This record gives sequence, structure tokens and C-alpha cells, in this order.
Amino acid sequence: MSLRADLAAIAAHVREGSRVLDIGCGDGALMDHLQSEGGCDARGMELDPVLVQRCVSRGLSVVQGDANVDLADYPDKAFDYAILSQTLQTATRPDLMLDELLRVGSRAFVSFPNFAHWRTRTALMFGGRMPVTRALPVSWYETENIHHVTIDDFRDLARAKGALIERSWFFANERAISPVGANWRAEFAVFELSR
Amino acid sequence: MDALAHAKTYAIPHDLPLDSGQALVGARIAYETYGELAEDRSNAVLVCHALTGDQYVASTHPVTGKPGWWERMVGPGKPIDTDRFHVICANVIGSCMGSTGPASEASDGKPYAMRFPVITIRDMVRGLVALLDGLGIERLHAVVGGSMGGMQALSLAANWPERAERVLVIASTARHSAQNIAFHEVGRQAIMADPAWAGGDYYEGEARPDNGLAVARMAAHITYLSEEGLTAKFGRRLQDRDATSFSFDADFQVESYLRYQGSGFTQRFDANSYLYITRAMDYFDLAEEHGGKLANAFAGSSARFCVVSFDTDWLYPTSESRHIVHALNAAGAKVSFVELSAPAGHDSFLLPHDQLDRVVGGFIE
Repeated sequence: MSLRADLAAIAAHVREGSRVLDIGCGDGALMDHLQSEGGCDARGMELDPVLVQRCVSRGLSVVQGDANVDLADYPDKAFDYAILSQTLQTATRPDLMLDELLRVGSRAFVSFPNFAHWRTRTALMFGGRMPVTRALPVSWYETENIHHVTIDDFRDLARAKGALIERSWFFANERAISPVGANWRAEFAVFELSR
Repeated sequence: MDALAHAKTYAIPHDLPLDSGQALVGARIAYETYGELAEDRSNAVLVCHALTGDQYVASTHPVTGKPGWWERMVGPGKPIDTDRFHVICANVIGSCMGSTGPASEASDGKPYAMRFPVITIRDMVRGLVALLDGLGIERLHAVVGGSMGGMQALSLAANWPERAERVLVIASTARHSAQNIAFHEVGRQAIMADPAWAGGDYYEGEARPDNGLAVARMAAHITYLSEEGLTAKFGRRLQDRDATSFSFDADFQVESYLRYQGSGFTQRFDANSYLYITRAMDYFDLAEEHGGKLANAFAGSSARFCVVSFDTDWLYPTSESRHIVHALNAAGAKVSFVELSAPAGHDSFLLPHDQLDRVVGGFIE
């Protein structure tokens, strides 16, 4: 089974045999891949009990919980990597979430939809309404995304938090694109961070 | 009880040491098995029963004639699939369905009654481990338990960590809370206040402390349900009448239901067993057994754990399950946790629930 592009980029750069915490792990596709292909010890956290149940059925170790509060229960540097894919924009406080990621993990991967993508910009500029795009497919009143973020915003946040951006990847149309003009060209971004 | 004459029992060939410092001599464990044991003995699943349960997890109860207590979960093609797994369910020591308990004969040929030593959850598990030894099963594919059964599963994982590959704990806790102990004390006091209890020596007389035991069951039964479930099932509806009777008859349906639950229970359960088993649960505190830190109980465990709670269970609420999960995480154990939504409170683990089936089936797989 092929991974979503941002997850594939993360999977390709997690060292073999690492201890990994996948926050908002969904149905466990990335964890499954990291365990079977990379020999990783992968743990997951997921809010939706139906998705947790699917993970359990795949033999994965996933705890139902809310990353906004439950990350506090994990000891410092318990993991080599903390992964937050497509979840930052749903966090109550993305800045505090980033702190927690870099506390429980030696490194962190963060992926998110880029609100500054040209499609979003044009939808807002010419439509005058909150954009509903391929990357952000849900109407404003029912979306889980409560803190829309752009690539440049995220870079600023990382800098303010003293986090180092080790690597970054950008995607449009499910394909990797160059970092040039990523803030308006990329639909998704993935960052690898350390502190 | 003649119905027990054909029950499978294992005579433990050694004295069974107990946490109290005493030992049970000549103890027997009654058990049932379902499905074939693989040649390499790798497919055994131990199911641990709750307070008033027994070994008849998936077969007709010999006293009541009712189906097994978890027949919907254990059987061919079911989540705990007896086409693939050899399922073992034993009656815990202290109980009254064939395993040694207060109603059993002591060495002087008379029932132990209150001479039976006070036992703990870990003592029950000692009995189960002795049975596994007797059956030649070194390592379980899984140990599964709900409620008090979950306490046994946790105790097995903590004290005999090499004996189970998977540990599934449903609607349970790692310690009995003050509220849990309080409800049990109400039950015990009801039994001991019954004149027919006679200090526990009622086995050879005519009367049994059925009234006290029924009240104990009624009080406990309330804790197994949720307010939402009770309201949906009974509300304030009246039983067989149009108006309240201005008496202490069972005017309300919920009263009549509890009386029925209470009296049905006395047919199949021994009052002294109820005293001993509730005491064992009250004493249960897995952290205390391991230097006060629950994580220590699971240090170095290689088993995979799965913890399940129900959102309407106020007897062993989700916070108790999370407490276990945090300890397992802190110990670096592999753990999954899910809180399922169900209207029926603590009893939910015994009732049909598709998501529970998928979690159990998927985890045992």
C-alpha cells in the first residue's frame, strides 16, 4: 500500500530501528510502514476511537487520546522521533504542541496543508469566501482546522521556538516540488526539526 | 450441587501459597476448555471471569441452564475464535463453582466457611498459573479479562510476565477505589446482617443468607449500570399497576427488576464466596504490590497490552484505564487503549458491541 506523499517523505527519513511516536496516527498506515519496513518501535496517539480500533486490529500500539493534553504524560526524549502529520492546524495551541513534540522526541516531523497555496489565495481573493480546496476540503464551519498556517508562518514559529529546521519537503499535486516559492506553490509541507 | 459432578477439575499437586502467609492444601481448580490445543501449545487463551462469573464462558451454565456469560465473544468464528484458539476459563479460588472456596470441605470434612483464608487477586492468579502448569501451557497466546477478570490479567502480566504474549484488560482497574470498596462493604454488611448467615456456618442448616446476598447483589447491580441505561430501560414506570400503592411493594419496574436480579443470584452463588471475592478485589492495588509505582509492575514486560474502557462505566471509569496506560507507557510496554461509547455502563463489556468485537478480535489475532 502506498503512503500519502508527506508520510512517504517522513518514512524515507526515519532511521531504521528508531522509537517513533506518531501523533494523530489515523488508521496507522505510517506506523505500519515504519514497523514492517524500518524495524521501528512505533507508538501512536489518535483521538478517533474507530481509527484506534483499526490500528489495534493491525497489531499496532495506539493509545486513544488528545495530543493537546495527553502528550504531557510522556517522559522527555522518550522517542527518537515525534511525528505530527496534518494535525498541527487542529491543535488548540500549535506553539505549545511544537514544544511538546521537541520535548518527547529528539527530533520531530511536522506536516501540514499550506494556507498560502495559490489555490487558497485565489479562492479567498476572488471568491471572497473561506476556501474549500483539494488540500482543505471541508467548509469553515465544520473543519477541524482551527489554526490555519502557511509555510512562512511555520518557519517563523520554529525560529521563535528555537527549533532548527533540519530538512524540509514541499508537495503539489502529490509530487515533490522545489523549495523555490514554496509558500505559494506548495499544497503541503513537511519539516524535520530538532532543538 | 449435583450439576457440578461432571465439571473438569484440576487438583493442584502442591500447597498453594497465599499473600496472607497461609497456604491452601489440596486446592482444586474447576475449568472449562473450548477449541483444540495446538501441538506446540502456542494457541492458548486464558479468559478470566468477573466477580460473580464462572468457568462457563461459552457453554450452558449447569445450575441456571443459561448460555455462557461471554458466549457472544467466545466460540467458532467469534472474536475469540475457538476454531483457532484453545480457550481456557477457570473458576477462581474462593468461588463456588467447583474451585476450592469457603463452601469446600476443609481437612476435617466440614466446610471451611469463615475458616477459609482471606485471598487476594494475586492468589487467584496463583491458582490459574498452577492450572496452566498442570495443563502444560508455558506461555499463553493471550490473557483476557473484564472487570475483576481484568485485574487478574494485570496481576498475571505483572507477576508472571513471561506467561502471556498479549494482555487484554476491559472495563477494569489497577486498584480498588474508596468508592469501589464502599459499595462492596454495603454488600458484605447486608450478608452478615442476615440472621441466616450465622457467622458463615450456614452450610449444614436449613436456612441460607439469601436475603442478605440478594441485597448485596441488588446494590452491586446498580453500580454495573448507567443512569442513562436505567432511565432508558425503566424510567419511573410502574410495575403491573396504574398508580403507586402507598406501600413498600415493588411499585416501580426498576425495583422489581432489582429484586429479580437479587433472587436469581442466590440460586447460583454462595454468600461466603461473595464476601471473600469482594474482599480480594478491595485489597487489589497493583502499584502497592510493586513499591508504590504502577509502572514498576510492568518494568521489562515484553507483552503487548490492550486496555479498553466504556464512557458510561462509573464503577471503573476511563480515568482508571488511562492510569494503567500511562504506567505501561512509562514502563515502555507496548500498549493500545481505546474508550468505547456504550449506554450500558460497566456491564457494557458483556453486551453486544461491534467495536469491542473488532478490538478484541484484532488484538487477539
